[in-house]
Amino acid sequence: MEYTFHWRPVFRALPDLLDAGLLTLQVAALSMVFGVVFGLGLAIIRLNARGPLLWAASTWIELARNTPALFQLFFFGFGLGAFGWHLSPYAIVLVGLSFNNAGYLAENFRGGFKALPPTQLRAARSLGMTATQAYIRIIIPQVLRIVYHPMTNQMVWAVLMSSLGMLVGFRELSGETQFFASKTFRIFEYFAVTAVIYYVIVKLILAMSRLLAMRLFRY
Amino acid sequence: MIEIRDIHKYFGSLQVLKGIDLNVEKGEVLSVIGASGSGKSTLLYCINGLEKIQQGSIRVDDVDVHAKGTDINQLRQNLGMVFQQWNSFPHLTTIENVALSPRIVKKKSRAEARDIAAAQLKHVGLGDKLDVYPSALSGGQQQRLAIARALAMEPEYMLFDEATSALDPELVGEVLDTMRLLAEEGMTMICVTHEMGFARDVSDRVAFFHEGIMEEIGPPKQIFGDAISAHTQKFLANVR
Ligand SMILES: Nc1ncnc2c1ncn2[C@@H]1O[C@H](COP(=O)(O)OP(=O)(O)OP(=O)(O)O)[C@@H](O)[C@H]1O
Ligand SMILES: [Mg+2]
Repeated sequence: MEYTFHWRPVFRALPDLLDAGLLTLQVAALSMVFGVVFGLGLAIIRLNARGPLLWAASTWIELARNTPALFQLFFFGFGLGAFGWHLSPYAIVLVGLSFNNAGYLAENFRGGFKALPPTQLRAARSLGMTATQAYIRIIIPQVLRIVYHPMTNQMVWAVLMSSLGMLVGFRELSGETQFFASKTFRIFEYFAVTAVIYYVIVKLILAMSRLLAMRLFRY
Repeated sequence: MIEIRDIHKYFGSLQVLKGIDLNVEKGEVLSVIGASGSGKSTLLYCINGLEKIQQGSIRVDDVDVHAKGTDINQLRQNLGMVFQQWNSFPHLTTIENVALSPRIVKKKSRAEARDIAAAQLKHVGLGDKLDVYPSALSGGQQQRLAIARALAMEPEYMLFDEATSALDPELVGEVLDTMRLLAEEGMTMICVTHEMGFARDVSDRVAFFHEGIMEEIGPPKQIFGDAISAHTQKFLANVR
């Protein structure tokens, strides 16, 4: 069987694909913001709390890390839908990725908190800082440096995971590609170009991360 | 004045302080000596509320440190603490280390906090290191930074927990000199120390701790020349 490549329709669709790429980047970045905030919370709970709060945090972390990311998206899509709670495709992906990011990052953060000498907190408190001030000014900035590389990896992972969005009807980069591919049957061509776009996005993230690290960590 | 009344402190079932009674007057310099594990550090932690006590009371200028309604963060501003591990905040420059608490705890303006910090850093001899990160400082310099950081809160009391024991021998002198300077300026100080020379020359009184009990307290002359307790005598014979 002969397959002749036709690239022209793909290039015509390129602006739409790039727009979808931006959407991918946006949802991944937002899910990282939520992931970091909730991940820090989960790690702090895991290190300090007892009882139901600890149980809830541990369950979150366990589910996020030990079930397929796709199932997590399905849960926020069809699972909640079964209870009459319908999220938009965008929201499903954002909530699902945030859930997953938070679970993974929580374990990294926990390692980061443990790597800091406990005397840092004591020193901060001895100056009259509240626990919150000590965490925000002294502890968390140092933890974020320790987990900077795992965080970068998680951001990359979030971009790649967001492609699952096409299975819940979200037209991010993969969903958009699927849409065009099924319209024109140039499946290979579309997905080849999209793979390049993903690759460029990931490389850009890694380069940005390196630049940011140089600015942030001068000590 | 710091008034310590019959305090008992446990870690689980281990009793670390067994009924300590002690007054420290304004302007006094008290050195606390004793073997490792005798509870010296724990005493300091109890004074500024970093550790709880199970019995007794500690009052600082008539404020009960461990009472429910006490604003512990307010109280700690008045009790500077310097640790054995110098605990510079590595992600902040020298001046940021010192200026941070005046700014966020005492709500001083950025400029005011910087001025206070610069003045205190000059005070401890780090006036030329304002904008470097702690990783570029020696241990002795980092410990003086810790002193400046505590002083920037304008405390009336300073608690030193073996401020020199983690330092290389050649760096001990500069930190002790800074502590001497504070003593001369009239700062009220409680210094847990293994530096017997410092305890003898600088303190008004020396307290000897043994297994959670304050066995003996008195002027340096008495402790170093004429100790009553056999434990004190033995301890001093070993450190000399
Ligand atoms: N957080 C803690 N949990 C359990 N036990 C502790 C804790 N901190 C201290 N201890 C124990 O309490 C006792 C007194 O400790 P502390 O640090 O006050 O002694 P120290 O006199 O300061 O000794 P050193 O000269 O070694 O610093 C020791 O037996 C120590 O092991
Ligand atoms: Mg100690």
